[in-house]
Amino acid sequence: MVTVMFYLMAGIALGSALYVAGSTNLVRSVFMFFITLFALAGLYVLSLADFVAVTQVVVYVGGILVLILFAFMLSGRENLEAFKQQKNRLLSVSKLPAVVLAVAFFAVLANIFLKARTSDVAWIRQSIAEQNVMTPQNISINNLGVNLMTNYLLPFEAISILLMMALIGAAHLSRKEERA
Amino acid sequence: MITLTHYLLVSAGLFSIGIYIVLSKQNAIQVLIGVEMMLNAAILNLVAFGKFDKINNAGQTFALFAIVLAAASTAVALAIVLNVYRRHQTIDPGKINQLKD
Repeated sequence: MVTVMFYLMAGIALGSALYVAGSTNLVRSVFMFFITLFALAGLYVLSLADFVAVTQVVVYVGGILVLILFAFMLSGRENLEAFKQQKNRLLSVSKLPAVVLAVAFFAVLANIFLKARTSDVAWIRQSIAEQNVMTPQNISINNLGVNLMTNYLLPFEAISILLMMALIGAAHLSRKEERA
Repeated sequence: MITLTHYLLVSAGLFSIGIYIVLSKQNAIQVLIGVEMMLNAAILNLVAFGKFDKINNAGQTFALFAIVLAAASTAVALAIVLNVYRRHQTIDPGKINQLKD
């Protein structure tokens, strides 16, 4: 069951990502990116990170994609027309460097991951031996919350300051100016 | 049986597709989508490794931090994109070349 769900989610995620890469229609590609993010949230659940999955749905799907859609709608329609005119095959000559680089990067990454034999890494073997591996039975949210407020308090505060800076910066950048 | 390698391969695929989108698209918003996809591949790695850390939860915690960072950077990037569109009437990254020699 878990195996079937994993392959289903991975297939949906990679397929919709490829559609985003290949489509000529900007709106359609944004909505396919929605589906990629939902499938990734499913993969997080399968990896026993349910709270991260919920955060992914709330922040990415609820926040970022709405922002992207707004930016897309605010930046005018002639933009969209120009976008439709360009012929946008996945494999055209102008796209060749991008395809070559992406395929080469995937080859390198896959080669490394296959040769790394991740089940033999020392700390993973140790954590399996000490039964430090998450099981579907235990509830991780309690532990996550306690850790967030004790062990990881400094990064938590740093990220809150960074969020405030981003908020002020975005508001400053997008306010109306008198002079162009 | 789904092992760690499966997750790593999926995230490698997502990362490569993100690279392709960033390099080939002529629209700043789509380039941003590609960057988000690469960030998501990294978060998937964090979560997959975080399964082996039940006590400290380091992987999941930093996955949460990475999601928040992505949200903040997207907000600023979209504000910049809107400003660029207002000034140049285009958001093709290849045409915004005033800083070029």
